[in-house]
Amino acid sequence: MAAELHVALVAADREVWSGQATLVVARTTSGDIGVMPGHQPLLGVLESGPVTIRTSEGGTVVAAVHGGFISFADDKLSLLAEVAELSDEIDVQRAEQELERAKAEDDAEARRRADVRLRAATAAR
Amino acid sequence: MGAQLRVYKRRIRSVTATKKITKAMEMIAASRVVKAQRKVAASTPYATELTRAVTAVAGGSNTKHPLTTEPENPTRAAVLLLTSDRGLAGAFNSNAIKAAERLTAKLEAEGKEVVSYIVGRRGVAHYNFRERKIAESFTGFTDEPSYADAKKVAAPLIEAIETETAEGGVDELHIVYTEFVSMMTQTAIGARLLPLSLEEVAEEAKPGKGEILPLFDFEPSAEDVLDALLPRYVESRIYNALLQSAASKHAATRRAMKSATDNAGELIETLTRLANQARQAEITQEISEIVGGASALADATAGSD
Repeated sequence: MAAELHVALVAADREVWSGQATLVVARTTSGDIGVMPGHQPLLGVLESGPVTIRTSEGGTVVAAVHGGFISFADDKLSLLAEVAELSDEIDVQRAEQELERAKAEDDAEARRRADVRLRAATAAR
Repeated sequence: MGAQLRVYKRRIRSVTATKKITKAMEMIAASRVVKAQRKVAASTPYATELTRAVTAVAGGSNTKHPLTTEPENPTRAAVLLLTSDRGLAGAFNSNAIKAAERLTAKLEAEGKEVVSYIVGRRGVAHYNFRERKIAESFTGFTDEPSYADAKKVAAPLIEAIETETAEGGVDELHIVYTEFVSMMTQTAIGARLLPLSLEEVAEEAKPGKGEILPLFDFEPSAEDVLDALLPRYVESRIYNALLQSAASKHAATRRAMKSATDNAGELIETLTRLANQARQAEITQEISEIVGGASALADATAGSD
């Protein structure tokens, strides 16, 4: 049996990505965690950060996730986030501007968000 | 043209204009229902997954959490009422308000103090007119609510439930909204969001599949996960309720505008009949005047001979 897990990356108002994958790496509050098929059932709180999904076709999907949960059982993995964007949806220029502005205004929240977006966008390249 | 006929013609013109407007509103509402329904469908995966996760934590661990345990004797309850900003939707708002009033009465009969939170100008106006106290109100987004709006609504509610009752917090959280059953049926319902009754959540999460939830490994710990999960759960439930309420409002508007258009059509028909009658009467009168005049003339000429 080909080991695969079914991944659903879901934002509050839409399904961002879903498909078969061999490995998912996400950042939980207690550190990065990699999930492969056959992992123990898991439910964790996610930090803001990039999520990397290695698809069965050999490709890589990177998404910026701002808070949320990871839940895994029966080779079905769901990533729940209030806001999630795929790396190719991210406008790098705008994210850079946001980062500049956040730095100038000393807005830690916005700065982290912009930072995560940029990291996800550059990781995909 | 006779005076009577002119009056009828004028009324027909004005009713035709009204009919055009209501017809346009009907069509706009119809397209918005579809859009709103699509949004409800798009938000479903998140809600289902979240419900599954909540069930898993609450069922898979023995954690006691303020949001899942029932207080021994609840004294204060928050009621969130979802209405719309604009009217012209038949009985949509009054049904929701009536449902909220029933729930309030029931809670008060149980000896609980009720704190009202209201979404939508219609509900706010209703409460203000009766000089009832509103803890907090939210307006301006009921036609197309976004997740950020739901967060805005949820924030004070979550804060209130996390505060001790003695310090002005609440023990229970109820929500009254209009459930979108179908294009023709929308029902106003009141439901308790918190404290969570796990049986209910479990039932929703498993639509007859009877799957057994596995034993989860919690990261970092069951309490922390539950802490983070429950506010999100409340937000997503409120978001869902807002979306359903919006879809119901558009459906109600469509129906109200359809019957207004139909009524206008009927009115035009009746008025046209009356106008025809008036015209006919006018013609008859003119003919009899001419005939009368002619025969009077004929009599006069005959007499002079």
